[in-house]
Parts: sequence; C-alpha cells; structure tokens
Amino acid sequence: MGYQAHLRVWRGDAEGGELRDFTVEANEGEVVLDIIHRLQATQCSDLAVRWNCKAGKCGSCSAEINGRPRLMCMTRMSIFEPDEVITVTPIRTFPVIKDLVTDVSYNYQKAREVPSFSPPKDLQPGEYRMQQQDVNRSQEFRKCIECFLCQNVCHVIRDHEDNKANFAGPRFLMRIAELEMHPLDSLEENTGADRTAVAQSDHGLGFCNITKCCTEVCPENIKITDNALIPMKERVVDRKYDPILRLLPWRKR
Amino acid sequence: MTEFERHAYDVVVIGAGGAGLRAAIEARQRGLRTAVVCKSLFGKAHTVMAEGGIAAAMGNVNARDNWQVHFRDTMRGGKFLNHWRMAELHAKEAPERVWELETYGALFDRTPDGKISQRNFGGHEYPRLAHVGDRTGLELIRTLQQKIVSLQQEDFKETGDYEANLKVFAEFTVTDLLKSDGRIAGAFGYWRESGRFVVFEAPAVVLATGGIGKSFKVTSNSWEYTGDGHALALRAGASLINMEFVQFHPTGMVWPPSVKGILVTESVRGDGGVLRNSEGRRFMFDYIPEVFKDKYADNEAEADRWYTDPDNNRRPPELLPRDEVARAINAEVKAGRGSPHGGVFLDVSSRLSAEEIKRRLPSMYHQFKELADVDITAEPMEVGPTCHYVMGGVEVDPDSAQSRVPGLFAAGEVAGGMHGSNRLGGNSLSDLLVFGRRAGLGAADYVAALGSRPSLSEEDVQAAARLAVLPFEGGDGETQENPYALHGELQQVMNDLVGIIRKGEEMKLALTKLDELKRRAKNVVVEGHRQYNPGWHLALDLRNMLLVSECVAKAALQRTESRGGHTRDDYPQMEADWRRKLLPCTVEDDGITVTEQPQPAMRGDLLDLFEYDELQKYFTPEELESHRARLGKES
Amino acid sequence: MTAGISAPGRPSIRARTLRTDRWWLAPAVTAASLFAFVVYATIRAFWNGAYYAPPYISPFYSPCIATNCVPGSETIYIFGDWWKLSPALIILIFPLGFRLTCYYYRKAYYRSFWASPPACAVSEPHRSYTGERRFPLILQNIHRYFFYFGLIFNVILTYDAVIAFRDADGDWGHAGLGTLVLLVNAALLWLYSLSCHSCRHIVGGRLNHFSRHPVRYRMWTFVSRLNARHMLYAWLSLFWVAFADLYVAMVASGTISDLRFF
Repeated sequence: MGYQAHLRVWRGDAEGGELRDFTVEANEGEVVLDIIHRLQATQCSDLAVRWNCKAGKCGSCSAEINGRPRLMCMTRMSIFEPDEVITVTPIRTFPVIKDLVTDVSYNYQKAREVPSFSPPKDLQPGEYRMQQQDVNRSQEFRKCIECFLCQNVCHVIRDHEDNKANFAGPRFLMRIAELEMHPLDSLEENTGADRTAVAQSDHGLGFCNITKCCTEVCPENIKITDNALIPMKERVVDRKYDPILRLLPWRKR
Repeated sequence: MTEFERHAYDVVVIGAGGAGLRAAIEARQRGLRTAVVCKSLFGKAHTVMAEGGIAAAMGNVNARDNWQVHFRDTMRGGKFLNHWRMAELHAKEAPERVWELETYGALFDRTPDGKISQRNFGGHEYPRLAHVGDRTGLELIRTLQQKIVSLQQEDFKETGDYEANLKVFAEFTVTDLLKSDGRIAGAFGYWRESGRFVVFEAPAVVLATGGIGKSFKVTSNSWEYTGDGHALALRAGASLINMEFVQFHPTGMVWPPSVKGILVTESVRGDGGVLRNSEGRRFMFDYIPEVFKDKYADNEAEADRWYTDPDNNRRPPELLPRDEVARAINAEVKAGRGSPHGGVFLDVSSRLSAEEIKRRLPSMYHQFKELADVDITAEPMEVGPTCHYVMGGVEVDPDSAQSRVPGLFAAGEVAGGMHGSNRLGGNSLSDLLVFGRRAGLGAADYVAALGSRPSLSEEDVQAAARLAVLPFEGGDGETQENPYALHGELQQVMNDLVGIIRKGEEMKLALTKLDELKRRAKNVVVEGHRQYNPGWHLALDLRNMLLVSECVAKAALQRTESRGGHTRDDYPQMEADWRRKLLPCTVEDDGITVTEQPQPAMRGDLLDLFEYDELQKYFTPEELESHRARLGKES
Repeated sequence: MTAGISAPGRPSIRARTLRTDRWWLAPAVTAASLFAFVVYATIRAFWNGAYYAPPYISPFYSPCIATNCVPGSETIYIFGDWWKLSPALIILIFPLGFRLTCYYYRKAYYRSFWASPPACAVSEPHRSYTGERRFPLILQNIHRYFFYFGLIFNVILTYDAVIAFRDADGDWGHAGLGTLVLLVNAALLWLYSLSCHSCRHIVGGRLNHFSRHPVRYRMWTFVSRLNARHMLYAWLSLFWVAFADLYVAMVASGTISDLRFF
C-alpha cells in the first residue's frame, strides 16, 4: 500500500530559492496535494501552498508538476512510477511570494480592465428572456475556475515579461468573448464601445498565435482556443480586415 | 509600541463568499466605503462548491409555486425550529435576488420559453432550484465577483481609483473584533502573504465567514471553514444559536483518502441511483420511519416505477430526507455490512445506460473518473456521510441581520435561525443572497443613524497583536505542540464523539477531551516567520475551532431529543417542548455557557398556512390555540 | 534568454523546462512531416509531367489552366499560353495559402518551425515576440478568402473524381482504384474545408442569437462537430492529396497500371 515517494519541491521567495529533495510517505489513491500536505504536516510546517476545495472546483492549487502546469489536487500519484522523482515548482509566469505560492495579482488587474456586462436598459429584473442555445457558448466559458494555468502557460507572457502590459491572457480574452456572445449584453447600445475592437486594441488579441497551450492545460476542458479565441479573431476580421464585409451595410447580429 | 497598517472604512465585510459579496455590493450601493476581507484569493470561497441550485419560488416551471409554498417547505425541512421571520423573508425575497443576478450578467440554464430553468430537489414541493448544470455555486460567486469589479470600474471612472469605495483584501485573516462602549469599533487581522498586521477602524462589521466543517474529520468543507465568524462573534459578546444542529450529507466520497468527504450530489439518487450494502441488499427499505410510511415505497417494484410514474407510486426510500439516509448508512456500516472502505455502495451503473449517466451527471462522472479512477457507468461508488453544513450560527435580528452586539451583523452559514434544525438543499444559496443583502442594508442603516464614530482603544489593538504572535513564543516550553497534530486530534474527537449519532456519555467525554486540547493548544509552537506561514495560520484558526466545537458539544449535550441534524441515541424522539426552546451559547471568561431561551412565537397568518394536523406533530396544543382550525375559521 | 521565466521576481529556476516527458517528439514529427510534404510537393510542382493518366488528373495540376496542360484533360485554358512553367505552380498557390493561414497549421508550424513555443511550458528561444499583430503575420487574417477559393478547388476536384467514372476512352460507367483515390481525396478536402474555423464563423459563429436563425444554427452545429477534428482532417487530406498525386504519377508514367474494378 504505502510507499516512500521522492519529491523535489522548490522552496524560496522573491530573493531566491532552490529545488530541495524530500522523501514523503504516499498511500494508494492519493494526489500530489496530499503529499505536499503530509510534507507540510511532518517535515516543514511553514511550507507555503495555496489550496482550498481539493476537488478541482476552486482553482487555487495551481503549480507545475514535472514541468507541466496542473492543479495539485487533480494530479493522482498513481500516474507516476513509485521510484520517480516528482518535481513540484510554483507556476513560473508570475512573481513568487514564497515556496509554491505566487503573486497572481496580474490577473485581477486584467479582470478589472475588461468592460463589465452592460444590462439592457429596457428590461427590468425578471424580464430577461434567453434561449438555451444562445447561452450555451458563454456558459462554457463561465465554467472557468480561474486557476490561471492558461495565463501561466501562455508563452506570450511566460516568455516575455514586457508583453504583460499589453496582453490580457487567454482567461480574460475568453471573458471578453463570453460577454461578446452574451445574448443580452448591451455595451454597444449603451456606450458605443465595441468589445471586439477593445479585445484587439487594448487586450492584445493579436498577440495570440493560437498555439493552444491554454486549451491543453485547462482543467475544466474548456476549448479556449477553438471556441473563444479563434471566434474572437474571426469577429475582429469581420470588423477590421474583411474588405467586403466593410463595404456591406452594418448587419444586425 | 508597534505601528500597524491602518485603514478606515464604514463597513468591513469579513468573508467573500456569496453572503459577503452580496453584503458588500449592497453596502457600497448605499454609499458606504466598504472593505471585503477574504481568507483566500478573491473568487475562491467555498460557495463555488455548491452544485444543485438556488431555491426561489419564481414558478417558472410550475406556476403553482409561490412564496407560501416555499415557506412551508423550509419550515418542514427545519422541523419548525426555524425562525419564522427569517424563513418568511427568505421565501419572499429569493426570486428578486435571483433575477437581480441576471442583471449582473449571470447565465442560468433556460426553460423552453427563455426563463430561468428550475429543478426538483429533496424537500421542495415544486421544481424550484435555479441552476447552471451542476456548478451553480461557481456561477453565483463569479457573478457577484464581476459585479464588484463593475462597481469598482464605476468608481474608477469617477475618482481614478478602482478601490476608492470598495476594496477587496484578499488572503487576509481577521483575528479579533475591536469594540468600544459595547459597540463595534473595528477589526484586527493580518495579511496571510506577508504576516503584516492591519487595523481596521469601522463602526460596522458584517460576518460572512461560512461554517465550521473543518472541526470534523470527514467533511465536504474546505480549510477555510474553521468557524472564524462564529468565534469572533462569541468573543465580541454575541450569541450563537442552534449550534447542536450539524448537517451530515449522506453521500460523500469515502475513497480514495484524498477526496474523503467530497460530495456526491443528491441528483445521483434523484436520477435512479440506489444504495446497497455489502450483501447487495437495497437496505433503505429497512429504514423508513413511521411518519414517512405513506409517502415512500416499501418494495423495489413500486420504487422503480416512481421514476417514470411519480403520480401513482410512492417515492423510493433513497430519497428520504438527508438526515434519515445518513443515519441508515451509518447503521449499516456499524452492523458490519459496509463497503471495503467503510461506506456503502451507491450504484447507478446497473440502473442507467452509460450514455444516460454521462448526460445527466457529467460532473459526477468526471469527479469519480479524475479523482478516484472509478468509472461510475461500470461500477458502483462507495459513499458515506460527511459533515456538510452547520445550521447554527450567530443569533441575529431577521430584518437587519444585526447580532446582540451593536454594529455586528452576520449573514449566510455563519448566521443561525433560518434553517432551524435541518437545511433543505438549495436554500443555502438563496439564504446567502437574501440575508447578505439585508446585512449590507442593515449595516448601512446602522452607520447612517450613528451619531459619533466609536474610537479604537490602542490597548485592545496591542493585545490583539500580542495574542496573534503567541504561537511563535511556544507557551511554557515544557511540551511543545504541533498545530497539525492537534487539529487532527480535534477532528477525530468531533467526528467520533459529537458526530452523526450522539450519546450523552460520549459527549461528556468529548468535553473533557476538548478541555484537554484547549489546554494543550496554549503550547502550540510554529516555526519560521510570519510570511505566508500555514503552520501559524492553522495555530490561530485552531483557537476558533476549539471554541466553536465546545459550543456544539455543550448545546448537543443539553438538547435531550432528536431533531433534524441532531440525533441522540439516548433520546431518539422529537419533543414538542424542545421546539419552543433555543440554546444560545455565549462566552464567559474562557468557557462556553449555554442557556435556554424561548423561541419567538410564529405570526398567526403564517401559522394558518399549515394544516392543523401537520402542526400537531410539532407544536404543543397551547401554541396552536390561535390556529384557524381551533378558532373555527375556514382555511 | 529574454526576461521571461528568468524575469526578476519569478521563482529562480534555471531550467528552460522541467518537463520529463518527450515534449520535443510532437513538434519534431510535425516538422518532419510538413518538411517531407513540402519537398515532395515542390518536386512534383516543377516536374510538369506525369499528372494525367486518362481519366485521372493529379490534384496538383487540376484544373488545367495553361495551354501547355496536357491536351485531352478536358478543361478550359483560362490562363492562355504565355505561362511556360508548370501550371501546378499557379494552382498550388491557393491550397498552399489556405493551409498556410489555417488556424491549425499555424499552431503546427509556429510550434515546430518557429519554436514559438516549441511545446507547452517550454520556453521559446526568441528575444521578443509580437504575435500576429504586424506584417507579415497580420496577413493571417485573410484566411477566409483562401477558404472561399478552397471551395472552388473542392468543386473542381470533385468534378475530377466524377469524370474518373469513365474509362481511358471516355466511356462512362467504369471505375478503377484511381477513381476511389480521387473520390477519397475530394471527400477529405471537403471535410478539411468545411471543418475550417473561418467556415464555422461564416455559417453561424458570428451570430449572437442562434434562436433567430434556426437553419444557420443547425449548420453551425454541424460544422462545429467537424471542427473538433480539424487537425485530423488537415493531416489526412494533406497526406491523401500527395498520395493521389503519386498514384496518378505512377499510372501516368507507366510504373504501375490502374486496377480496374468495372
């Protein structure tokens, strides 16, 4: 049943740090987060790790396990060989605070910069009518648990710190797509602002080269690239690059 | 004297789940400068775990539904121990609160005519739960989070500062409430990230910290559920009621260990799942209580017909109220007929086709596949009871959500009274919205009516800081205690001795052990420094858990009857006399005091919503003297 | 390395990646396959021969658009006689453009040729990155026009498959292995085109209220199902179009003879 698992955990803070080796007991049916917790309870009580629900629903325990961005609570130990060294590091796109905990405030800043849902002025609460087929697409995007693994893996900011200022990342481009496809969002009617244009100009949709890592790491299996980013790019083409559509009179969507 | 980071607000909301965020939105919209404090990151609160839906009598699926029906269902579910006024407000206001979410951008599942779809759930007479698949809690929290962002964007437009009127303090824990002249004056806490201490000056505080599940070993609750709000309220001089009522959900996962306690939604049974013991027997037929005999099938043939023809057959006993099912599972396991890992089998694989299971229960299929490597379309699940919800909480005024302490408000799971002795599924999310808003409103009214602002005492601030760093000093040094180990022991005590089935002797033993743990907790030592130090955080939370656990154990020992989420092996009957009594806990010196207090009598027109025969099962004859049946009035 | 994973404040880990799996395998296979195709297609495009074996015409050379196209392949000479090079060079621009701007192939070659990124969570070797915001990559936005042209080619290649139901003398009602090859080729090209992301957008994706356009919603649902396998169709059709050309070339050059069914 139980065995001794070999863990290599990054410990340190913004000043520096290193990978350290530990041997921790592991039992059948456990996940990486269990082993991290056991390490914390038995060997280093001040090991910093962020977690909450431990059921893959809150998106707190994002880390990189053997170099792959994953939720620790959703990574079963049984996928590793018992004698394999399991490397656990903080996500590498954001500043580290301590050990496995990173400063993800970038994401909250970007969230603030996306124009919010703008309710239709002529409808009172209780009068909203929407068809299921019209909300399906946005509902898929609202499955997002904000684990920020897509933000972490996206090479646009992972490999280029300087792009952070001009790029909102897959999660928030998807948020724009969600509102853009919302059947009752009235931002354009209320303020004249166009979400697709904003996605391109302010949030850096053009940085995305659709290499799909965001989709690959999404623990909710949201098809971020196919269903949000590419449709947004196509909508940008509609408004900006398609000469024929630009000649046609404005068509009601 | 140490200098601390200081902030002044009109109201500080502690907790950023559904209730806290709704309270903050209300307070900010009423013009208060508002701070929201959350223990984890913004948007990660335990509300995300809610699956089923938000109960609100909108009547979208069945037009006969209305607030009176919802009110009746809620009171029945709570075995009439609920505060009637809270249940009334809740039933009346829930639909508005749900509709309001749509104006914030929420996207619920729809009916064919484009309204919000509503689903059936245990204890609700009509389809009533507004939902988004089985991730309604996530939708709720995200919607409120995004509404907060939109309010911040408005402030940014006006002032150039997103946080001018509404600021979120994420990864922040409040350790003490500060008072002056008996009123709330502020709060003291620390940034989890840096360990830096912060003093809030605020005349009003809203508690919205959720529950206490982390005091139990097997629980569906996250690490945040350490009863912080309950303990803060107690230490500030407020009272807790109904603390003896803890809901154990009958079906939590029991295997593998990493997910022990995580919920298996009620819908599995609603859609045809059956419970079997190790002998393969559908044992629930053996546990149908007398009062439910006419509503539940006593043979498999009839029970199976119910799924397709509910009008002419009685319900399968797997759909008995949560407390009954939890007790039955418990009894089977104790009798040695449990599954290999100490639960029973919940089987849907032999009942529905694989495609049907994946279509109806997508996230359960996903959850078992990913977490347990179990294919629920091919094999049964192993399930057992798990600590899920505490009905008890801060005693509040139903309309304003204010506690006994002026300026201290509470909403959501941390508030008591609304659910009586047992909460219905779906009533939790609506509770958060209705009373979250009322708490924000209550705080706004309170602050507006305030003549002068209370001022903080520097002495209290210094005392709070000294208390917070105690775990680094290591008590008297003779025996040093590890917070993790102590926490484990506490969970074991509560699970074994004050768990789902209770006995007087066991609870007395529990109280002795709790005393012992309390003494040992003074010697807890943590290593490292204050920067993001989980050991230190746990040491501070442990204090709250111990206090609240004592409250649960003492109240449970005192209530010598069985009702809803409180089952006494030595007092198995429900007593009408006990329905009239509440057991408020308060803190005196270092210990919990439990007293008896009469339950406020229900308003006549609400009492008249029920049939006399039904009320007789719960009320004493003299309480029913004013019922329409006794006065000879027609219904 | 630029200020990416080694930027100040980030966890100090020197390794470019800590992945322990063979992450380089997928981009390597992709690069090798694409390279092999490009080499084959270039050779065949310049070959200017062995593309017509009645009744089969190689998809690389269809339609016959220059007068130097083999007589008897029954197509109009749109291009006139000034073009002296291989007609394939003109024809292939369109499928090449379609595939080059395709959302799937972009991912494939950005990863495998540009290493931008080579694989997920493996840092890329470039100093700076501007994405598809500037020339020339901003031209990727004309994908939908290549899609429209691609449809024309699909019609022509379907026509070629239909006229392959003849024998070498032009009599109808016959078929051989080559007929089957061209039929499969046409089918795969349709699947690839219809599963295209631009197609998905055009048929319905741009709408916000599906409920008001039930027919387009059904089309969108259908295309969405195909779209989920766009990558598969991209590879199958790419492989098959080369195979179809090879088959015709081998028959035309007499290396093998076509297997006649009836």
